[in-house]
Amino acid sequence: MGMSNLQFLIIILLSPLLQGIIKKMKAYAQGRVGPGVLQPYWDLARLFRKDMVISETASWIFHATPFIVFLSTLAASLMVPVITPDAPVLAIGDIIALLYTLALGRFFLVLAGLDAGTAFGGEGSSREATVAILVEPMMMLAIFTSAVAGGSTKLSVISKSMHILDSPAHVLAFAAFFVALIADTGRVPVDNPDTHLELTMIHEGMVLEYSGRYLALLEWAHYMKQMLLFTIAIDLFFPFGIKGDALRSALFYIIKLLVLAAAMAATESSRAKLRFFQLPSLLGGAFVLSLLSLITFVMLGR
Amino acid sequence: MLLISLAFFISGAVFFAFAPKKGLHYFYLLYAAGAGLAAFSFAQALYNYAYSAAGAPALSFALQISPALSMGFKSGPLQDFFGLLLSLAAFAASVYSSGYMKGTAAPRFQGIFYGLFILSMGAVFLAADALSFLISWEAMSLVSYFLVVSDTESEAAQNAGLTYATMTHIGTAFIIGAFMLAFSATGSLDFTGMAAGLAGQSMTIKSVIFILSFIGFGMKAGIVPLHIWLPKAHPAAPSNVSALMSGVMIKAGIYGIMLMCLHVLGGPGAHYATWWGVVVLATGAASSVLGVLYALMEKDLKRLLAYSSVENIGIILLGTGAAIVFYSFGQTALAGLALAAALYHTMNHAMFKGLLFLGSGSVLHGAHSKNLEDMGGLLKRMPYTGLFFLAGSVAICALPPFNGFVSEWLTFQALILGSSTPLAYSKVITLLGGAALALTGALAAAAFVKAFGVAFLGLPRSPKARDAKEAGLPVTAALGFLAAMCLLLGVAPRIMLRLISAMPFAGLKEMGSAGPLHSPLIIAGGFSGFWPAAILVSMLLGLLIILALAGTWGRNRKITYANSWDCGIRALTPRMQYTATAFTKPLRVIFKTIYRPRKEVRISFKLKPLFVSGITYQSGITPFLENYLYRPLTSFVGKAALKIRHLQSGSLPLYLGYIMLTLIGLLMAWA
Repeated sequence: MGMSNLQFLIIILLSPLLQGIIKKMKAYAQGRVGPGVLQPYWDLARLFRKDMVISETASWIFHATPFIVFLSTLAASLMVPVITPDAPVLAIGDIIALLYTLALGRFFLVLAGLDAGTAFGGEGSSREATVAILVEPMMMLAIFTSAVAGGSTKLSVISKSMHILDSPAHVLAFAAFFVALIADTGRVPVDNPDTHLELTMIHEGMVLEYSGRYLALLEWAHYMKQMLLFTIAIDLFFPFGIKGDALRSALFYIIKLLVLAAAMAATESSRAKLRFFQLPSLLGGAFVLSLLSLITFVMLGR
Repeated sequence: MLLISLAFFISGAVFFAFAPKKGLHYFYLLYAAGAGLAAFSFAQALYNYAYSAAGAPALSFALQISPALSMGFKSGPLQDFFGLLLSLAAFAASVYSSGYMKGTAAPRFQGIFYGLFILSMGAVFLAADALSFLISWEAMSLVSYFLVVSDTESEAAQNAGLTYATMTHIGTAFIIGAFMLAFSATGSLDFTGMAAGLAGQSMTIKSVIFILSFIGFGMKAGIVPLHIWLPKAHPAAPSNVSALMSGVMIKAGIYGIMLMCLHVLGGPGAHYATWWGVVVLATGAASSVLGVLYALMEKDLKRLLAYSSVENIGIILLGTGAAIVFYSFGQTALAGLALAAALYHTMNHAMFKGLLFLGSGSVLHGAHSKNLEDMGGLLKRMPYTGLFFLAGSVAICALPPFNGFVSEWLTFQALILGSSTPLAYSKVITLLGGAALALTGALAAAAFVKAFGVAFLGLPRSPKARDAKEAGLPVTAALGFLAAMCLLLGVAPRIMLRLISAMPFAGLKEMGSAGPLHSPLIIAGGFSGFWPAAILVSMLLGLLIILALAGTWGRNRKITYANSWDCGIRALTPRMQYTATAFTKPLRVIFKTIYRPRKEVRISFKLKPLFVSGITYQSGITPFLENYLYRPLTSFVGKAALKIRHLQSGSLPLYLGYIMLTLIGLLMAWA
């Protein structure tokens, strides 16, 4: 039982690996060899060893943000069942507390973008805030469907009560959630994680002024958030196998994670990035899907 | 103890009237002492209601005017809760004023009316019958009107005052209507008597009373579409008064709605109609989303805060509406949860909106402007105001570990549990309310990132912002007190929930369940739970670990301070930063159906079309309701008034004729 409280360490330690795997998958899909799957670890290690250059304009918000972002992601990862739903530590928060804890990090990240007083940071911040506004209600509605179906907003209870996409409503909700996943992890077609072209960047725009240790913390937090959201998707929509013994559950978890990663890599490789002002039609469409899922659930009663 | 507090207020007002003008602002400390005492006494009474079998000794005072008519004031759990809210906010605002109101234009006038304003709000919350309630209500409205028009001689403030006075009196007319109907149905002016008398009445009468009081009190609370006075009037008053108006006075509207809908109409064995709850819920959803959408576009800091008050009233009504829906199906435990969420948010909003309005006053003092586009870089110049304003912003965006999150979390749970109501439409409505709340949360985060980021971060956009300074110890102390309250109510929600469980409404008792104050919050029989203190503690532990690791391995890393990245041109100016208007541009495009943005570009030429001598650019949004609802309405009223004017010919015999006709009419109606 005691060990189960430490399942969040999986997210902290393996999230760079997941990032490496997605990159590798993308490289294959695009006909490249690509860097090794461990590359994100080397990147982080190198960034941690570097000196930092910080803007003279920046205030203490700039210094505090990497810590707040990292720590809020860490606190959020305490609340999610990775391989067992029976860990006592999960009582810290339900799915709503989890999302709002993540939002705390985002709040400071957006502020940090404004702190250096440059146009790039402001641009990234403004766009991130806009995407968040379009994504959050949609994500919340998709989660409502699962919560109402599972009879609780606790991820531990939902993941125990479900098998795999148990009802038509869940299928619709997952479709919406997947779009939210793309947007929240900053991937094509919403954002391009590999760009530094000022016209297209969102996340990269906000962290443009960061270097060294601070950048390492932010990047790591970003990887953690990605794995965290993948794990939430697994817990909400196909948690089968999580109730069994730890080894079997871990095996299932890895397979599900790889499937999601492949889906993400396939989406990114087969889609072009949307123009920013075309996003509302994508995200609005997903919002309608999540709304339909909720109404379907209420009308069908399952 | 309340009497001693009253004495402090009266002596404060007397000193403001007669003491020498120099150092007059220190007499605000008398108000602070009075408010502090009152807060203590209200909190103690609430604790006794919740935890002692005997309850608390109810204070009452009644004036017998005639055998049938008396005026009284009486304390009770609900009254004490709002009294506590008032006195906490008033305490902070008064301490603040003792530093902030130094050298204002009309110190005597503002000092006296400030005290009267607090007293009249207290009287509203403690009034035991319709008559004393209405008198206190009018006093509150009038005193606040004078405070709105006091700060400046600008035309905007006078117009704001006019709009406020007109709308608040229309609201009062509805309230009087509700009271008169209740009186004619029950023969009682006393609220307890009304509740008892209405219990057996028909649903039609009750529904009419509900509608009248919801409109009347909703006007004061600032619900959409009756909110248009609020963003005009609140910013026009001095900041200490704005804080009380937004933090407390609009809660008098919430108090009125709770008093009439839950206490008077919800007496023992009462039946609620589900549609009442749905009306309240839908209004709440509309208010929260529209309020925050307009807050987002505002670049006047105080107007932004005022619009955000509309949003928060909406959130409170989401909880209240859900509670009425649950009561109508007899699901009292869930109703208790929803109501606790509403009451908790009411208290929270008083704390963080008080903090933010007081903070905006401090910013106004430092940067000499309410316009966000003139600010920037204030965090380095006003570190304490900045820190506390940030705390207020995080709290109002409902982010852990601050208080806004606890009440919004409770509201979310109540709305999700709306899925357990028996009817499909009530399920869908409550869940959609949840979606509206999620949208509101994301919009509020953007609005306050904009407000804090543009005002406090980056480079100063005006010379005055560059030279900004803090406004002194009392000001920062008051901000610090409210910020600490926000954190306390966010980390240990059981403190407030215990007080809330004393409210005399069915289903609330469970919310104050025993257990250490820092233990996890578990609701609705384990439907959900979270542990606010643990979130904070886990983050702090994580911080310690990171710092320890950094101390071990990362000590010899160098930090270089240099210019921000400017694409190599080495000439970054404040004008290159994102402005408040630029920050929200994408949203203006996306929500253009609501905002109806307009822009006007005028180019003047020396020699067309090649040599431009000047370009002027104006942009803005169209206030939808003002243009399409209120403007036609006011022009209609104006035209009708012109027509009616013919009645006033000025000749005496005609007026005597009117009097005679009225008399005959009345006699015939009486017979």
